[in-house]
Amino acid sequence: MIGAPEGLWATARSSHDPWRPAERRRERPERRRERPERRRERPERRRVASGVQTGRRRYHRNVADTPELQAPLIHARGLTKCFGTFTAVDGIDFDVAPGEAFGFLGPNGAGKTSTMRMIGTVSPVTSGELTVFGLDPARDGARIRARLGVVPQADTLDNELSVLENLLIYGRYFGLSWSESRRRAKELLEFVQLTERSNDKVEPLSGGMKRRLVIARSLINEPSLLLLDEPTTGLDPQARHLLWDRLYRLKQRGVTLCLTTHYMDEAEQLCDRLVVMDQAKIVAEGSPRQLIDKYVTKEVLELRFNRADNETDDSAHLGNRLEGLAERVEQLPDRVLAYTADGEAASAKAHERGLRPASVLVRRSSLEDVFLRLTGRSLVE
Amino acid sequence: MVLGVRLGRPGAVASRRSLRFLEHNLLVFRRGWFNYLLAGISQPFLYLIAMGIGLGLYVNRNGGLPGGVPYLDYIAPALLVTQAMMAAAFESAWPIMAKIRWDKTYEAALNTPLETMDLLLGDLMWIAFRTTLLSVLFLAVIVALGAAASPLVVLAVPVAVLTALAFAAPIMAFTATQDGDGGLNAVFRFGITPLFLFSGTFFPIEKLPPFLQPVAWVTPLYHGVAAARALALGQVEPVGMTVHLAAIAFVFLVGIVAGRIALTRRLVV
Repeated sequence: MIGAPEGLWATARSSHDPWRPAERRRERPERRRERPERRRERPERRRVASGVQTGRRRYHRNVADTPELQAPLIHARGLTKCFGTFTAVDGIDFDVAPGEAFGFLGPNGAGKTSTMRMIGTVSPVTSGELTVFGLDPARDGARIRARLGVVPQADTLDNELSVLENLLIYGRYFGLSWSESRRRAKELLEFVQLTERSNDKVEPLSGGMKRRLVIARSLINEPSLLLLDEPTTGLDPQARHLLWDRLYRLKQRGVTLCLTTHYMDEAEQLCDRLVVMDQAKIVAEGSPRQLIDKYVTKEVLELRFNRADNETDDSAHLGNRLEGLAERVEQLPDRVLAYTADGEAASAKAHERGLRPASVLVRRSSLEDVFLRLTGRSLVE
Repeated sequence: MVLGVRLGRPGAVASRRSLRFLEHNLLVFRRGWFNYLLAGISQPFLYLIAMGIGLGLYVNRNGGLPGGVPYLDYIAPALLVTQAMMAAAFESAWPIMAKIRWDKTYEAALNTPLETMDLLLGDLMWIAFRTTLLSVLFLAVIVALGAAASPLVVLAVPVAVLTALAFAAPIMAFTATQDGDGGLNAVFRFGITPLFLFSGTFFPIEKLPPFLQPVAWVTPLYHGVAAARALALGQVEPVGMTVHLAAIAFVFLVGIVAGRIALTRRLVV
């Protein structure tokens, strides 16, 4: 965050980012076409950025290697939130380290938003321990929020103001001068590719644009910690990928990301580490890879059967025929998942046993499989 | 204002952060100020000509008011106060509901260093600003129509603004407890409109049925109207004036405390 000489939100980023998945890479040429003037203006920055991992080294130097920042940014022990008799968050423990992308994964109603609101100091902690930047939310709420960026679940943009004005006034809330607020607002609109819409009203913007604007707004105070509550819910795939790309860039500039999602792919794409929440509790913790290694097999064989077959072949019977086929078998309403180290071999074995599925798919295990396993919807343990 | 902050957050002085929230309103106002001022100048003309001059013709002919005060002079300061009150009541109902529930302006602001008290005070300052504009325009119309006996009428403007705030703060508190605008409609139908008509605006409250007179007495509008009228007619009694102003200020401060409690309950959950 600190001391990036060419401006914090400068857009130059390596296109050989090893993180970047294929879809994103395909988007690149288009973006280049959109901003030729920027590349002409600052060729030296482009050169630096296309060198290996300049951005990442900067983050290491500024954040991770500074001793006083080694302490967790967020620290929670036995964190609990009750609304009357309803317990939304039930004694959860977690730490978020500086510079990491940390996720809360879980279905709706798991307690993710309540947790985020407590971290954002807008919801009082019922019991347990919570510190943000080492400060107590109950006492130092304003000081914490001054260093925090928040992207709430529902858009809270001001429809009576223009795109640019939304950012300007937000900067004022943080105590920036008008001129500084304007400078940052313009940079941020560039960063989220909304410069052309600066003077438009907010209302006619698409869902993806509004989301990007909310993210730009959350960055006006140059936060070191960004809280994102379901950042891509309701967006089309293209808008999601663009948003993910921006979040990557922020992470690589050393911004700590803390996000909730109920999309498994989003968690896999964005999070270094995550906790799986279900019914107000944390049921597992680790990196996406660790969770997959720990809770599921390397591959999954997905079998879909025709409706008619299923009716003749009742589920118990089907379960018997699948037994021993794989380490574990999940029977879902629409398909059967067989967890195994070798999907092809299991597929062949199923064929030998006379199973004739309508479709067969062998894929790598994902967090979705982890979640299925953890939330107790398993057929065979 | 300073007093209000002291009440809400012990030891704190008037917060610069609430001024930042006031700026939000001013930024929005940049788009609509012309129409607002146009309405602000045409309303008093219509009212004063229809009621003060038109209706006044008959009132004055039938023996008139005690002391031979022309009807126009009698209702002009009262209307100045009531229109500020009506504007403030409106501003603290639907626009506040929008900020809490429909547009979530408050929610967005609370993710910054601002706190509920800053929002409450920022919006009250905003209402003070708008009612000051309206009242100054009204005063200009009064002077133009020659409807003020005393130069003290100028002081009717701060009286009107204070009365407006004494309505704004408790209505904001009420709005914060509501989920829809049904309750707000009821406040206007059964609260604001009757007060407008029966707080001594158009006729002395002594003409009300005896059981209604104490009701008029406890509403801040009656005190605002009486104080503004005394100033405009140049008939100021120190004791009466002190009682009027104290009554208005009391309701205002109670409203701030109630508003703080209600908004915190609503927004900080």
